[in-house]
Amino acid sequence: MRNFDYHRPTDIAAAIEAARADGAEILAGGTTMVDLMKIGVWEPQALVDITSLSELEGYDVGSDRITFGALARMAEVGDDDALKTAAPVLTESLWKAASPQLRHAARLGGNILQQTRCPYFRDTAYAQCNKRNPGSGCAALDGGETNLHAILGGSDACVAMYPGDFAQALVAFDAEVTTKGPGGARTIPFADLHVLPGDTPHIETILNRGEIVTGITVPVTGALKASHYLKARDRESYAFASASAAVGLDMDGDTVRDARIAIGGVAAVPWRARAAEDSLKGGPLTEETAREAGRIAFADAVPLEGSEYKIKLGADVVAGALMTAHARATGGE
Amino acid sequence: MTKSSKPPKPGLSRRSFLGSSGAVGAAMGLAGSKAQAQDAPELAAQEQRHISLTVNGQRRTLGVEPRTTLVEALRDVLGLTGTKIGCNQGQCGACTVLLDGRRINSCLTLAVTADGADVVTVEGLADPTGNLHPMQQAFAENDAFQCGYCTPGQILSAIACIDEGHAGDAAEIREYMSGNLCRCGAYPNIVAAVEAVRDGQEG
Repeated sequence: MRNFDYHRPTDIAAAIEAARADGAEILAGGTTMVDLMKIGVWEPQALVDITSLSELEGYDVGSDRITFGALARMAEVGDDDALKTAAPVLTESLWKAASPQLRHAARLGGNILQQTRCPYFRDTAYAQCNKRNPGSGCAALDGGETNLHAILGGSDACVAMYPGDFAQALVAFDAEVTTKGPGGARTIPFADLHVLPGDTPHIETILNRGEIVTGITVPVTGALKASHYLKARDRESYAFASASAAVGLDMDGDTVRDARIAIGGVAAVPWRARAAEDSLKGGPLTEETAREAGRIAFADAVPLEGSEYKIKLGADVVAGALMTAHARATGGE
Repeated sequence: MTKSSKPPKPGLSRRSFLGSSGAVGAAMGLAGSKAQAQDAPELAAQEQRHISLTVNGQRRTLGVEPRTTLVEALRDVLGLTGTKIGCNQGQCGACTVLLDGRRINSCLTLAVTADGADVVTVEGLADPTGNLHPMQQAFAENDAFQCGYCTPGQILSAIACIDEGHAGDAAEIREYMSGNLCRCGAYPNIVAAVEAVRDGQEG
């Protein structure tokens, strides 16, 4: 690992000041940062460790909204019984991610910003990577490994997949992210945080240099209580999603009042499937309508050679997740 | 935390030197990685920070570079080689230790970030008279290892698995022990060892 300077400010103003410097990066749990520094993908000049900013710790499960500090740990939130009852999709998307050791270290603010697992991005032996080395090309487009690549939202410049789980729950349920930076504090709809790769895949979020994620807010809705995160992967535990779905249903008798669907393991950014949601609203939730919603969610998918399976798998995962959410909405589970 | 101009402590091993080499990426001439670091000179390697850790109940102060990982500090600076380096990228769990009571991968933890923390390694589990921790005893009695390389991490993780309340049944144990890989495939016996300690059959 290249050497670097290390700062551990104890107030957020100092953290912002240190983090806005050229070459500085923000460090929290470090499970992505240290990994990528070890393999030479990231080589920051300085790390600004924000874990002493105690005001960013903790979380609150309220009746109108659920709020998380950016430094809340994946493990403590994912294991919370009250949250599991109020918003199962939030706990399930956390405890089904990574390993216990990683969840104890990783913080929510860093989790939502986690990096792609594209093997060509992660291996500096490949000179072609527009994300790592803008303008160099994309080794993944003609690469042999396509399991971890986007079939939705990719571009001619980059097909890296956003690998996170929790972010799918956040985008489906209208979460917001709060930040503080050189320009002051702001609130960002979670759906706007990540940006599509387009011609500039090295630009991944709308965050400015020195801007620190301070928290995440999720409004409490009917669909949040009857929600589910279903994750299909190569092995039963501790693997990235081949396809996943964060869903929720609010039922008015036999009629779907509200439906939420986001799909993971398949897209360049956290991906909300609004057309699929709309196909369900105002009608019944049956296996047939659930499967149709799954098909709609992948209508625009462009698979790579070898990742065609994600379309069927993903549609099945959406349908299966909806059936579980329906059982939860109607007292069947 | 203060910077120090003292020279590095001797004894950083060849392994830690190789493990911390950043020359590969720079030599590839890759422009435009996240921090654009290639254009800048590397910081002096001797820039050390003094940190304080409570390791297995004993307070230790040591000098580390910012890039020194916790497992390197434990093994190469403090000589506690019970904690193993397996994959060295947070996937295998061989480096698992308890940091302020939480199990973490010490290969993905920078030692400077652990300043002031409490660390428990496998060396700290037996009591002062040498009696094994119940989990160590259970691993021995259940034949929960073959080569033994993953075992220190497995044992720390297993202790945490029970403390966290995630040892309810075999399926839950497997789920919450999934961050510890065993190439010898001793998994059934590892689960049996965790169940034995959970049920109070040891110690």
